[in-house]
Amino acid sequence: MSASAALTLSGVSKLFDETRAVDDVTLKIEPGQFVGVIGRSGAGKSTMLRLINRLIDPTKGSISFRGSEITSLRGKALRNWRRDCAMIFQQFNLVDRLDVLTNVLIGRLAEHGFLSSMAMQFTDAERTMALQALDRLDLVPQALQRAGTLSGGQQQRVAIAKALVQQPKIMLADEPIASLDPANATLVMDGLRQINKEDGLTVLVNLHTLDTARAYCDRIIAMRNGRVFFDGTAAQLTDDVVRDIYGLDGLREFNEAVTSTQSVALPA
Amino acid sequence: MTAAAEVTPLRPLDQFELGYAAQRRRAKFGWMIASILFFAFFAFSAWLGDFFRVTQVTLTDGSREWRWIIPAGLPRLGEFIERTLPVLRWDSLGADLAEWFWRWKVWLNLLVETVLIAFMATALGVFGGFVMSFPASRNLAPNTWVLWFSRRYLEIARTVPELVWALIFVFCFSVGPMAGVLAIGLHTAGALGKLYSEVNENIDMAPLEGVKAAGGTWFDQIRYGAVPQVMPNIISYTLLRFEINVRASSIIGYVGAGGLGQEFREALSLQEYTDLSALFLIIFVTVMVIDYGSEKLRHKVIGLEKGPAT
Repeated sequence: MSASAALTLSGVSKLFDETRAVDDVTLKIEPGQFVGVIGRSGAGKSTMLRLINRLIDPTKGSISFRGSEITSLRGKALRNWRRDCAMIFQQFNLVDRLDVLTNVLIGRLAEHGFLSSMAMQFTDAERTMALQALDRLDLVPQALQRAGTLSGGQQQRVAIAKALVQQPKIMLADEPIASLDPANATLVMDGLRQINKEDGLTVLVNLHTLDTARAYCDRIIAMRNGRVFFDGTAAQLTDDVVRDIYGLDGLREFNEAVTSTQSVALPA
Repeated sequence: MTAAAEVTPLRPLDQFELGYAAQRRRAKFGWMIASILFFAFFAFSAWLGDFFRVTQVTLTDGSREWRWIIPAGLPRLGEFIERTLPVLRWDSLGADLAEWFWRWKVWLNLLVETVLIAFMATALGVFGGFVMSFPASRNLAPNTWVLWFSRRYLEIARTVPELVWALIFVFCFSVGPMAGVLAIGLHTAGALGKLYSEVNENIDMAPLEGVKAAGGTWFDQIRYGAVPQVMPNIISYTLLRFEINVRASSIIGYVGAGGLGQEFREALSLQEYTDLSALFLIIFVTVMVIDYGSEKLRHKVIGLEKGPAT
């Protein structure tokens, strides 16, 4: 296990009853990479991200980050890992009835004791940090609005701001644009790319549209039936490979643009 | 051509009619069985409860006769109401009213005490019920042990009636409103805890996952993910419970736990029947006013939820 890799998965499996959601996955993610994970629904993409963030525990195998084991973490150490490994969800998972600022400050909870957390007491420094994060995503005017009143695209950017104030070492995104229209999807993906380029943060993102993966990702990993089926660059992802990934043998023709959520022309 | 091919197959519509008729027959049969069982059980309960008892009554000519208990007893209801009605004459109305409400100073004091018992008991009950409702929710309990113990605690607190808790607390802390507050408060904690936990079990779990994924503890998930979602329902149930507690605290004095109830007991034992109607009127008006006020408040809370269109 090289310490240079940001994230290492070795022989990771997750069983739900009899189903092998993730089956013996071994991966190395290099620091600063923008990695896209593609595959059919039920291929195990979400389960893999949840395993990495430790929202669920693997049945077998080990996951380590910068050489230190994270599969055995408990209590405070586990919560610190979740803070270091920020996660963004398809359904945003914000608290609709709290204002945007408080939603972003939830990213600071791992640093708080019981009383200050229960009283929703945050320091001025933390509020500044939250506002700077919101400013990066052009959301300062909405800071005091209830999160539930925002559009889907705005809510997902609030979720990114919340992830930023966690000061994470790696960012996971589980289908971040699956519920968004093309314009908002582009804003969110651009936000992730900006964080990747400017902060040098490793980003691991599940996507269900190929052209998005091609446009944004340095590296594409395809999963099929819980296993890693393809691992390479966008250029290596030929039509034949795509057919195998999605099981499109029956389809005479396959047009990537049909599933597209991009509103702008793809960069060459 | 085989024989099977000569049988004309049923058209889909005819097939549906046959199936539908059969389904109707089954449903009818099920209803019949259920109705017979219901009425048999009802009649049995009524028989156990002496509804069919026959009693001796004295007729106007002095002779005794056997009668069913219900027709024999109903006239006595009128007799009771007649006894509780005060004598009110138009030309001496003020004096008659003063006579009717002769203990109004005592009663007013006790009325205030009654409402305060209900208020304090509701406050204590909300605190106990709210805190315990989260570990008692199937979707939120950190483990099955915590779930089991918090559910049993809430069950014991609400299964024992307020009057029984009051008897116990009067024994412990002597006669007075404190026993009433503790009795109603404990029962309220159990009842509200159950209602709150049912609200908790219907929440969207995604915000809690969002807090958990950011490194939040179980308490953080509850505080930030669950509490904001359940707040409107909590307020609504709490106000409803306050109404119920005013009714409870007006009778709990019967066993010496403070409030107007003790006056009921005295009036009954001293056979001061007009006092009973006066007390009843006082409680009726109070409960009506509180019901009306809290209903307005509840609707306001619910209305706030819908909020201005955004």
